Amino acid sequence: MSTVLQQLFNALALGGVYALVALGLTLVYGVMRVPNFAHGGLYMLGAYLTYAALTSLKVGFLPALLLSAVGVALLAALMERVIFHPLRNAPHVHPMIAAIGVLFFLEALISHPKVFGPDFKQIAEPLPGIVNLGGVTLTWQRLLIIAASVLVMLGLNYFLKRTLTGATIEAMSQNREGARLVGINTNRVGMLTFAISGALAAVAASLIAPINAVTPSMGEVMNLKVFAIIILGGMGSVPGAIVGAFLLAFTEVFGGFYISLDFADVIGFAMLVVVLALRPQGLFRKGT
Amino acid sequence: MSRLIWPALFVLAAVVPFLQPSGYLLDVGVNIMLWAVLAYGLNVMLGYTGLLPLAHAGFFGIGAYTTGILTLKAGWSFWLAWPAGIALAALAGLLLGLVAFRTRGDAFSIFTLGVGVIITLVINKWDDLTGGNDGLNGVPAPAGLEEASRAIGLKLSGGFYLLALLTLALTVMIAARARASSFGLSLLAIRGGEDLARSAGVNVYTHKLRAMMLSTALAGLAGGLYATYVGFLGSAVTGPTTTFTVLLYLLVGGLGTLAGPLLGTALIYSLTQTLKGLQDYQYIVFGPLLVLLVMYAPHGLAGLWARLRAARPARAAKTKEVSGA
Repeated sequence: MSTVLQQLFNALALGGVYALVALGLTLVYGVMRVPNFAHGGLYMLGAYLTYAALTSLKVGFLPALLLSAVGVALLAALMERVIFHPLRNAPHVHPMIAAIGVLFFLEALISHPKVFGPDFKQIAEPLPGIVNLGGVTLTWQRLLIIAASVLVMLGLNYFLKRTLTGATIEAMSQNREGARLVGINTNRVGMLTFAISGALAAVAASLIAPINAVTPSMGEVMNLKVFAIIILGGMGSVPGAIVGAFLLAFTEVFGGFYISLDFADVIGFAMLVVVLALRPQGLFRKGT
Repeated sequence: MSRLIWPALFVLAAVVPFLQPSGYLLDVGVNIMLWAVLAYGLNVMLGYTGLLPLAHAGFFGIGAYTTGILTLKAGWSFWLAWPAGIALAALAGLLLGLVAFRTRGDAFSIFTLGVGVIITLVINKWDDLTGGNDGLNGVPAPAGLEEASRAIGLKLSGGFYLLALLTLALTVMIAARARASSFGLSLLAIRGGEDLARSAGVNVYTHKLRAMMLSTALAGLAGGLYATYVGFLGSAVTGPTTTFTVLLYLLVGGLGTLAGPLLGTALIYSLTQTLKGLQDYQYIVFGPLLVLLVMYAPHGLAGLWARLRAARPARAAKTKEVSGA
């Protein structure tokens, strides 16, 4: 029983991280209709910025995380302005290819020997140690991840549902032309959405970085997973991204535990193939 | 006139190994032709059909590993293993298409990217069959190629060059014929708009499947050639980086054109060879290049050429108008 609880706990922490990354991706897709392949690059960059803030600025974990979130948010907004905004009317493969170019660039830049180099980096846990709850061993780091991701998700939900700026994002993802007709500045919303998605990716990366190592290629795997998640949940759907994230995390953790750890990464994709074969539009979207 | 350019080009290229060029030059030539075949495969999907598949290196890998495993472990002749690799790549493409074409547009690209990663992962983890991390070493040269090359006064490298040239010529011919056929026109219609194509009576699903099979068969063709030429196979070459690099070749040359894939591959491949000292900076340059291309020159070199040619008669017409007034 306690092993099951233990795995459940791990899956919750992993799902929280997946959800944060996937939410940014799905928001951007909803508003801009761009599958941002560079999202994994932003995620990776977030981890490195936190690492850099911790080692060279010698600040605490929380300021480092915030600095990294702001940095990645600014970069993402810049990306929207310089690349995706001019390409908004191009054939839809063009922004995709441009995003791949950005991903390439970020990865090559970070792994360049004069920047961070190809070797992995380690970030110390801000809250080391474990707690014992009724026979289940929990690390503080994982508890922190769960708490932080729930907090961020609640905040995001409040922002989208209860504030006017948040409502403009929802409006634009529902109907771009309609949003413009009622006087929403779609340019500003586009930039804002990219910034939020960058910040979410950076927060997620910084939270999981103390558990996993920080490497230039960490974004690639995450990229695939969050894309799998938002296809599962229906591209552009916010609740879909959250449910998809936890679904993938649970399948991976329990599949890795009961079947084979080697293929934990593949299990998620196998699930995706099955779902797409049955419901091509994703789990949470009505037919296209 | 333009009908004669391609045959003339191939005849000229076929003379090259007889001029006793350096082994390095021949190697660059073989590599350009080999990767160009893969770029032609990608072009069938992206250039003609307007869909971006991101698993092409995986199909290249299926062709390469099938050829490698059959010749190395099952003792098949290369001349049988190569077609088997092509057939398997096309079959895998068909299977992928059956599922992937249920999704549209963006989801299709993401889905194929995932499948590409699965292919690489399976190749990397299936130690007994593919050699896993160590890869496959010592894939033999095609039987009889050395003897045949010697008979016409060439070394084995010259023979490989001619084999690659023949493969490329076949590929260009297939690409040209496919494009001019009603099949190719249907693909262009799909690129213009799936719903429109469907209402014009094009069976979109079947045509996409056929395009996918042709495209992945070409990837397998390139893969088999790569296996026997390089002689060593590692799982890294089947990964997304290869797909992205070939995507860059194709974009530089020009999407949907006949000369584009060859032009782009030749230019970028030889550039990376001459700028070897800048290896660390390679993708730092390639990434922004990809972005700039789609933003400012989405039709690549071939597109620029076409625009220049189209601009000329327009200017002539204008002067006439002025003189008439």
